[in-house]
Amino acid sequence: MTILNLVSIVFLGVLFFLAYFHISNYILDAYGKKTLKVYNFENSLRVIVFIAPAFIVLFIFILYPVFETIRLSFYDKFGREFVGLYNYKWAINDPEFRRSIFNNLVWLLVVPTLSTFFGLVIANLADRIWWGSIAKSIIFMPMAISFVGAGVIWKFIYEYRGPENTQIGLLNAIIVSFGYEPQAWLTIPIWNNFFLMAIMIWIQTGLALVIFSAALRGIPKEMIEAARIDGASELKIFFSIIIPYLEQTILVIWTLITIIVLRIFDIIFAMTNGEWQTGVLANLMYDWMFRGGGDSGRGSVLAIVIMIGVIPILAWNLYKHRQEQKV
Amino acid sequence: MRKLSISSILSQLLLLFFVIIWIIPTFGLFISSLRDKDLLAISGWWTSLTTTKVNEIYRMSGMDSQIEEDGYFKIKGKLFDENSGKKIQSFGITSKKINEFNIGDIATFKDESEVFLDEYGNYEWRSKIQFKKKKGKRLFTTSLSPPAFTFENYREVLFKEGIGRAFVNTMAVALPSTLIPLIICSFFAYSLTWMKFYGRDTLLAIIIASLVVPLQMSLIPILTIYNDFGALFGVAAKSYPGVWMAHTGFGLASTTFLLRNFLKSLPNEMMEAAKVDGASHYDIFLRIIIPLSIPAFASIFILQFLWCWNDLLVGLVFLDQVPSEIILTAKLKELLGSRGENWEILTTGAFVSMTVPLFIFFALQRYFIRGLVAGSVKG
Repeated sequence: MTILNLVSIVFLGVLFFLAYFHISNYILDAYGKKTLKVYNFENSLRVIVFIAPAFIVLFIFILYPVFETIRLSFYDKFGREFVGLYNYKWAINDPEFRRSIFNNLVWLLVVPTLSTFFGLVIANLADRIWWGSIAKSIIFMPMAISFVGAGVIWKFIYEYRGPENTQIGLLNAIIVSFGYEPQAWLTIPIWNNFFLMAIMIWIQTGLALVIFSAALRGIPKEMIEAARIDGASELKIFFSIIIPYLEQTILVIWTLITIIVLRIFDIIFAMTNGEWQTGVLANLMYDWMFRGGGDSGRGSVLAIVIMIGVIPILAWNLYKHRQEQKV
Repeated sequence: MRKLSISSILSQLLLLFFVIIWIIPTFGLFISSLRDKDLLAISGWWTSLTTTKVNEIYRMSGMDSQIEEDGYFKIKGKLFDENSGKKIQSFGITSKKINEFNIGDIATFKDESEVFLDEYGNYEWRSKIQFKKKKGKRLFTTSLSPPAFTFENYREVLFKEGIGRAFVNTMAVALPSTLIPLIICSFFAYSLTWMKFYGRDTLLAIIIASLVVPLQMSLIPILTIYNDFGALFGVAAKSYPGVWMAHTGFGLASTTFLLRNFLKSLPNEMMEAAKVDGASHYDIFLRIIIPLSIPAFASIFILQFLWCWNDLLVGLVFLDQVPSEIILTAKLKELLGSRGENWEILTTGAFVSMTVPLFIFFALQRYFIRGLVAGSVKG
């Protein structure tokens, strides 16, 4: 496909949707009120015109797949024969699956906690310093780049050369300058998980930081001033005023990062591809989508396990939504 | 007062520490992408910021360039480009003694040919008998090298490694994948906010539930649909329109949710007044909603665009990994596997892939942050 072709299909693709809305609404505007005397009927047609594209996409890409994935998890690798709980039993007994669940849990424990913690600390520091907004910009920047790009950045930091060579990876260069042996960081089981998590923390701290910064502005200045006058130390203010005040925000950020971490795929795929015991559920699932021609049963089970992780958050969101509707 | 200033200095130092930790990885990548690839492979990027001593190996020209002069056969040439600013301090003719000679010394090889070398890398190699080898001999140099940067890696990566094409492909994926959801979701959000119809609340609840559904739940069924569709109509199953629609599907819930939250905040009286004047919903949408929503559109555009630009999984599953379709992230991942030792290619490729996000980040940071703070949750 030449670049010119590419530009034209991009253009046509976008134009198609604009044209759909314009033409269908134009017809309704011109003829709707005259021919369809009943206002309600015209109105329902309009609703359909407005909703149809989004609803069709929602149905095809989210609603139908959720039920189909659940169905497929009870079927064989081609999705043809019903096998009951076979795929689930396979998963429970599969060492790779257990390893992935374990890794996922460690990720879920470490990354949201540390990202939220660093975000909160940095937001507080930056709030009181004149060059704080520049600092925030710099720490926020990794949020803009891709996980794979971040993977390359950090793989370069973790780069390992044999002890007889000059180390070009920053981490090993530091270690060697202190007189230790260089290490192939990404191949040391258990610990390598933490080196991968560091990348995610590096990225997600920015997210926590900007949301906390916005929330900090909501704390009444008088309250903190009053505490200072009463002789409270900065640490005391942080723990007794700021943290209780930001409780809701902390929870929101923590869930946000949890959802992102639950389906973490790119970083591990790019850095280790799940080797040296670094695999997580999303990687194992991708693997089973294509391994041996693909196994839709096992792949679906893995997707469902990821889904189970978000169900509490989903239920909580729906509950909150309902409360808001009542008001 | 004094206590306050100490704590202020402490917090400044602590913040500085965080900033340095956060900036160094990206800075190192950027510097490395501008370095000479041979230097990159043998020394850390931090050494390139100051004048450093480097050991290098060069090979002189062979018999083809010899001339006869003053009773000698001579080969003259240059070891490196003068622009590099390097100055040779000492050199050697065997790998065991690389510092054997100083500049100005005459080094004599086993075959009794002699070589002079000046500090700028110009050499004159002479011999009484004719040179008979195609390749020249090796010289080992130790030189002082000032910081030197080049765009050579970018030229190589953009035009030879296929990153340039992948860049175009990524743009062709990300732009429609951002505009299409923005178009269809603005109508969707409008009807969810300002139109009354049966099932509206259920639909809203479905959107909120879909916010957190991981996209892994959709991969297998959609891939099957695409393959069946491709087989039925005899077209390639994986294609650009396919990937746009996939991104539209995965971004639909969050885009609708954010837009609806924004539309809800607009005053109801305005719509009512327009309706009384006989405006249709489409009129209201075009004349009132769109002009008011530009800032919200900007935030959502940036979020979705960055998400599509940085995505790997969707591009991997729904596009073929061929030069005319592969996206930047997938290309980078491929290079990580095939050119894992060629850091000049990896660092430069990664930086090219980051140019657009970084541009958006620095130019439109305000909208980006606003979108994130508005509560983006993406499955």
